Amino acid sequence: MSSLQLRNIRKSFGRQDVLKGVSLTISPGEVHALLGANGAGKSTLMKILSGDYSKDSGTITLNGSEVSVASPRDAIRLGIEMVVQEPDTALVPSLTVAENVTMEDLLSGPSFISWNNRRKKARQHLQLVGLSISTEKLISECSLAEKQLILLARALSKHASFIILDEPTAALSQNETDRLFSVINSLKKQGIGFVFISHRLPEIFKLCDRITVLKDGNDVLSAPTTSTNADEVIQHMIGELLILEKEHVTNKKDAVLLEAHSFHVPKTGQNVSFKLHEGEVVGIAGLVGAGKTETARALFGADLSPDSLSVHGVQKRWRSPKDAVANGLSFVPEERRKEGIITSFSLRDNLAIPSFSKFTSKGFLSSSSIEKAAAEWIQKLGIKAESTSVPAGLLSGGNQQKAAIGKWLLKGGDIFLFDEPTKGIDIGAKEDVFSLIKTLASEGKGILYFTSELNELFTVADRILVLYNGEITAQFTREEATYEKIMHAATGGQHVTAISS
Amino acid sequence: MSQPFLHKQQELSRPSLKNKIYPFLFKYGTLIVIVLTVIVFSLLNDQFLSYKNFSDILRSISIITLLAIGVTISLIVGGFDLSVGSTASLATVTSAAALVLYRQETIVALLIPLAVGLCVGLLNAFLAVKVRLPDMLATLAVMYIVNGLHLTFTKGFSIYNNMPLGSGETAPGVFLPSFLFIGQGEVFSVPMPVIIMLVAVIAVHIFLRFSRPGRLLYVTGGNEEAARLSGVPVKRYKMYAYLLSSFFASLAGIVLASRIGTGQVSAGAPLLMDGVAAAFIGFSVFGANKPNVVGTFFGAVLIGVLLNGLTMLNVPYYAQDIVKGSILIGALAFMYYAKRN
Repeated sequence: MSSLQLRNIRKSFGRQDVLKGVSLTISPGEVHALLGANGAGKSTLMKILSGDYSKDSGTITLNGSEVSVASPRDAIRLGIEMVVQEPDTALVPSLTVAENVTMEDLLSGPSFISWNNRRKKARQHLQLVGLSISTEKLISECSLAEKQLILLARALSKHASFIILDEPTAALSQNETDRLFSVINSLKKQGIGFVFISHRLPEIFKLCDRITVLKDGNDVLSAPTTSTNADEVIQHMIGELLILEKEHVTNKKDAVLLEAHSFHVPKTGQNVSFKLHEGEVVGIAGLVGAGKTETARALFGADLSPDSLSVHGVQKRWRSPKDAVANGLSFVPEERRKEGIITSFSLRDNLAIPSFSKFTSKGFLSSSSIEKAAAEWIQKLGIKAESTSVPAGLLSGGNQQKAAIGKWLLKGGDIFLFDEPTKGIDIGAKEDVFSLIKTLASEGKGILYFTSELNELFTVADRILVLYNGEITAQFTREEATYEKIMHAATGGQHVTAISS
Repeated sequence: MSQPFLHKQQELSRPSLKNKIYPFLFKYGTLIVIVLTVIVFSLLNDQFLSYKNFSDILRSISIITLLAIGVTISLIVGGFDLSVGSTASLATVTSAAALVLYRQETIVALLIPLAVGLCVGLLNAFLAVKVRLPDMLATLAVMYIVNGLHLTFTKGFSIYNNMPLGSGETAPGVFLPSFLFIGQGEVFSVPMPVIIMLVAVIAVHIFLRFSRPGRLLYVTGGNEEAARLSGVPVKRYKMYAYLLSSFFASLAGIVLASRIGTGQVSAGAPLLMDGVAAAFIGFSVFGANKPNVVGTFFGAVLIGVLLNGLTMLNVPYYAQDIVKGSILIGALAFMYYAKRN
């Protein structure tokens, strides 16, 4: 019984207590789900376990004896491996797959390396995770799903006995997720213990043996999956039971805000056609790789399309995003920290950036009017920040997202493009985003909601379009739509049917 | 049904041609340019294509290449060593001083500049790794300091055989023949500097490609955070890179002193820019898209061939920098275009 036990782990940063005595036991051959809203302490706990942070107090025991995990090296020596949520932070993009998978050879192997051996070894470990790609491919050319499996293969190459998976499915399509789960299940049978961090309850109940829920730095629930249920888990995560909205009020009016007619999307090479009405939320469903971001970027003029769009009934062609913004379009991108906000700028400036011209008189920015407007919107949006001048990068994910949305509200456009707006934010912040979108719709604005989280569409969308390979393959009203129908279209099931008939 | 299918096929065939030519160009573009340059100069001047001229070209680039190897290694770990020119100057005057002012043996005249160079490397590493100044700024500051040091040491004068000293006597030592052999000798009519350069290129290539520490330099530079979390002592490897960089700069300085037979002050300064250019042109060789020593060698060859050819065509030396700059733009534009696609 070589289980890994964390007991009474405490950690604080400055005055903030992030972990207030958390205990967690991971057994070999078990997939242990770790849940919690953002800020609950999951990342901190896992960073302590992988030797990145040092704990203030508490013990970590392996095989019944206490061990010290003072550095990443210690963790690796003990067989603890982390597969991080963003594989780019753990892989070397300019080097090949073989080199990345067998990186451990560079730390403990012979002084001179044999490339043939490394390639062979890499192939073997890639096989274990069911990945068949060229070992000579550069990491920078690999897809996100491939990178995740490469990280898993690397963990196996180090003979890891405990593997932490941090939101591994966040960016994976259904097929890729299924493949990952079958890999996890087969590794589990070989006695490897997993910590599985996720926000997605269905997959947790499908995959995991045990669930531990963290809330505000405490472990508030730890139970076998079979003896708990989704409601109980959510209740522990947020402290109160969320009542899912059953009734949907539509604000859709007849006037068309935005119309695309055979609009060419350069990055997907496909054409899309759709209409967006006043007060309407159109959900655009698509799995990863369906071309959601590419389509959204083309509509916003971030990638240039040769075709024009009809905005308020007038044909317009974008030469840059500036044109789109001038015509009332707003875009909340998926890559929040890279494209949505400027992390080193203050919250105040982030909110004001699209509207700088509004705050300029005689060529100078008026910081007092920016401050006033920013403070007003921070309050309206419920952004939690010490002050308006705190750098946006220091806010939590949910608050960053509110800032990325808020800057457009300050600008006052009427057509909103949201690309995966709930990615990596906690349940409470998600609810805020949904209610914000509903408020926008009630004010007569039009919203295109691009997402791979199909269940979110049932919460916000009036109409659902399904994107597959860059094409709109299906269209459902809210009443017609079912999870199965959408999934069928989103996985290209219709194509298969069309060819066979 | 057949029409859209045809349409698709046409669409596919066009990029496939592109897909074949472009990677070929990205991989061999720099080499093709070298070959084309050689052909053009051979047609314009019948003395260009001779063994004598080619050994001249290689000899003229040998010192730059040694310096550029240092720059390349600093680039590999994600740093940038701007102090290599000054370090080479320092090595030149310290080896000359050992021989001429202090009457030392050749071996001492080799070891002193190397030891002094490693001190410069340690200083660079301390500033860039410990104090965490941005690499370029740290090494820029060190460049000034080292330049000032070697000028202060020589009071601004070059060191040469039989030079008069302040006391009215002449200097006690001379450049020994064994020392001069390094820069001026030939083995089987191959100039020594060329041999040193080729040995250094091959040895460093093997080190970087096949040795554990060599690969860890690439891992460190490729993603420092990932390297750290994998347990790579990234600070130590960055230090090694700066030590190696200074080592090769000093070696370049020694060869330079031996080649010209004087300890000329500030002799290394003009080498810096050529070395940096060679290292960056090297990114594009064989489509490596990262610093690599074989590429650096070919980068230096390209610069050498062009300068030699232009000199033969009587293009004044002061106009040649325009050409160097243009090649650098070409190589970098090529690389970044390749990266984007």
